[in-house]
Amino acid sequence: MANAAFQNEELNTFKHGVHPLENKGATSFRAIERVPFVKEYVMPLSQHIGAPSVPIVSTGQEVLRGERIADPGGFVSTTLHSPVTGRVTSLGPRLHANGKMMPAITIEADPYASQRAQPQERPDPAKLDNRAFAKQLQDAGLVGLGGAAFPSHVKVQIPEGKKIEYVVINGVECEPYLTCDDRLMVERPEAVIRGTRLLMDNTGARKAFIGIEANKPDAVEALRALAPGEIVISPLQVKYPQGAEKMLIKALLGLEVPSGGLPLDLDVLTNNVGTTAAIADWFDLGIPLIERVVTVTGPGIPHPRNLLVPLGTPLSALIEYCGGLRKETKQLIMGGPMMGMTQKSLDVPVMKGTSGLLALTRVFQVDIQEYPCIKCGRCLESCPMFLNPTRLAHLAKMKVVDKLADYNLMDCFECASCSYTCPSNIPLVQWIRIGKVMAREAQNKK
Amino acid sequence: MKNSRSNNLVLSTSPFLHTGATTPRIMGDVLIATVPLILAAVWIFGIGVLLVVSAAVAGAVGAEWIFSRSLKRSPLPDNSALLTGVLLGLILPPGFPLWMALLGGAVGIGLGKLIWGGLGQNVFNPALVGRAFLQASFPTAITTWNTPAEGIMQISPRIFSMPLLQAQADATTSATPLGLAKFSGEITAVFKLMFGNIGGSIGETSGVLIILGVVWLVARRACDWRLPVSTVAAVALFSSVIWLITGKENANPLFMIFSGGLLFGAVFMCTDPVTTPSTPRGAWIFGAGAGFLVVLIRLYGGLPEGVMYAILLMNAVTPYINQYTQPRQFGGAKK
Repeated sequence: MANAAFQNEELNTFKHGVHPLENKGATSFRAIERVPFVKEYVMPLSQHIGAPSVPIVSTGQEVLRGERIADPGGFVSTTLHSPVTGRVTSLGPRLHANGKMMPAITIEADPYASQRAQPQERPDPAKLDNRAFAKQLQDAGLVGLGGAAFPSHVKVQIPEGKKIEYVVINGVECEPYLTCDDRLMVERPEAVIRGTRLLMDNTGARKAFIGIEANKPDAVEALRALAPGEIVISPLQVKYPQGAEKMLIKALLGLEVPSGGLPLDLDVLTNNVGTTAAIADWFDLGIPLIERVVTVTGPGIPHPRNLLVPLGTPLSALIEYCGGLRKETKQLIMGGPMMGMTQKSLDVPVMKGTSGLLALTRVFQVDIQEYPCIKCGRCLESCPMFLNPTRLAHLAKMKVVDKLADYNLMDCFECASCSYTCPSNIPLVQWIRIGKVMAREAQNKK
Repeated sequence: MKNSRSNNLVLSTSPFLHTGATTPRIMGDVLIATVPLILAAVWIFGIGVLLVVSAAVAGAVGAEWIFSRSLKRSPLPDNSALLTGVLLGLILPPGFPLWMALLGGAVGIGLGKLIWGGLGQNVFNPALVGRAFLQASFPTAITTWNTPAEGIMQISPRIFSMPLLQAQADATTSATPLGLAKFSGEITAVFKLMFGNIGGSIGETSGVLIILGVVWLVARRACDWRLPVSTVAAVALFSSVIWLITGKENANPLFMIFSGGLLFGAVFMCTDPVTTPSTPRGAWIFGAGAGFLVVLIRLYGGLPEGVMYAILLMNAVTPYINQYTQPRQFGGAKK
């Protein structure tokens, strides 16, 4: 049905992968709503891949919404900005989504402030060279908003001797349940196109592709209405994990990123649609990354919604806005159901990489008994990286660490298609994760 | 909203979804595919076949239960012993003595599966191990073929013969189409082979119902379609070549496909995930090898039928096939 809108088009995809139920219907037609401001915001210093940010504010200091509160802690690190106008109450550790107490900046919102962010000073992007443009992205605190939260400036900065031919914008949103990117493309297509344009102009790319799965026909239509010829809007077959950058590049360009390599090796720059729109917002509106769209959904949520959420908002505020948590809820997941993280506490704050909050009423890993491997080969046919998950899991379980590399362990990006499809419900990707830890430890000993 | 730390939220690692297709369900799907074959066998050979299949099931499930008890483990509710018993029953002659079927089921599970370490660990197909044991132990009984019954209530008295006593001679036996081809040079019409009103093992005589079964299995994703397809295609290919080279002296390829246990073996034995390759390329190699061996044994071996040994031999090399057909690396150097 989803593909009916594109009957006359050939829809590309990658090889292997799985088809989980999409479950996007509860929120895909709900416009993004702004969640009300709450009393307290928690900004963990580590909400991106890389070194933690370094606070530049002190306890008791008044901050404005959008004001810089932490500097990058290194090249692979980024800036933090206050999500609200208020007062810094603590620089001590707070509960992080990873379950640990981690350093954070806690800000109490000023109940009388307008909470309207003032545009900040920023240069004309047309006058910036690649390095200065990348620095701007770091100053705006931009990271990949698809979930991985990799600092955007690192990707955009082209190393000596390399070039960018194609910009690939990731509007795939292959995780079931999530609709935040879909809604963003439908409601703010001009920001997505503008951000793509800025990336192309700065990197010298000839062409851009925006890959969108065919279950989002409205997004495709909205972007096509605005896209110039050199920005190609490509509907793709619906298949998980197409949002992985290696799978998306394969689907759009037919090219395989070399093992252990980067899209840059193919002269490709990838970026998530949300990040792309945020780039436009920085240069056009002068607003750094202080809020994002989060899909709050799942059978445990009475009123599923797409919310525009200031960073640092506790999960409890999102759930409350969506009607509370049904008592049948068994698991609360930050992110999507294939790659997200379970949460125990509702005090955990929304971070830059938080794309969804999902309340599930079944726990499959507990509900389905684990059986021995019957060597059916479904994990092999699901693995988008052409790995042998059952072999890798077995080697990890038996602690045969030196053999793991023979089966290309480190190519696994943990999409979890193998565990999803295993009829014996063997925790394949979970064993592979343990295998990776063991392999790294063995490497460090050498 | 006040939130408590003592909530019941479960912590685990991703993924949080599952297809719902489980190992017991796959086994159950195969069992469903055998139901039309069992009904057809009752129609063709009489209700005695139900007793033969039940005896094999009792042997298999009983052995699983006893072994599990002795190891102080509860048997896994995975349907696999039940399936082994049914499959063994279906590859026995319709008038096969019950005590032998019971023994075959027990040996199939015991020697074919449990001593290897249980489900998933065995190298050889347990049902075929059971049958190979019976073939070696009771060569006469397992090659004595009843003619199709007069009515469905007819039960061959032979099935009630007692252990270690001479089996009663059965008045109404006949040769199978393969036996006729091997020893008298007589080729049965393919049309007859399609509908199963011929001599043969309980489940193997109706080509149409077996094909129906594989369509069901593939539709339910309960088997890798490459395995039955490659096996049958290999038989068609190799027997055609030999048929043409020898001036159409041997059995024709259509006869080769529809006679004996080939279709049954290709659909129900070659698709056992445990004992066949799990890589797609390995599946093609397995089928090609099995088909080639079937043709060799049937045309040049001492036995009229070779499906069982062909599959067992390919089972033996499956670990090596898996080893040498590992998938290529994504983004790796092209080989």
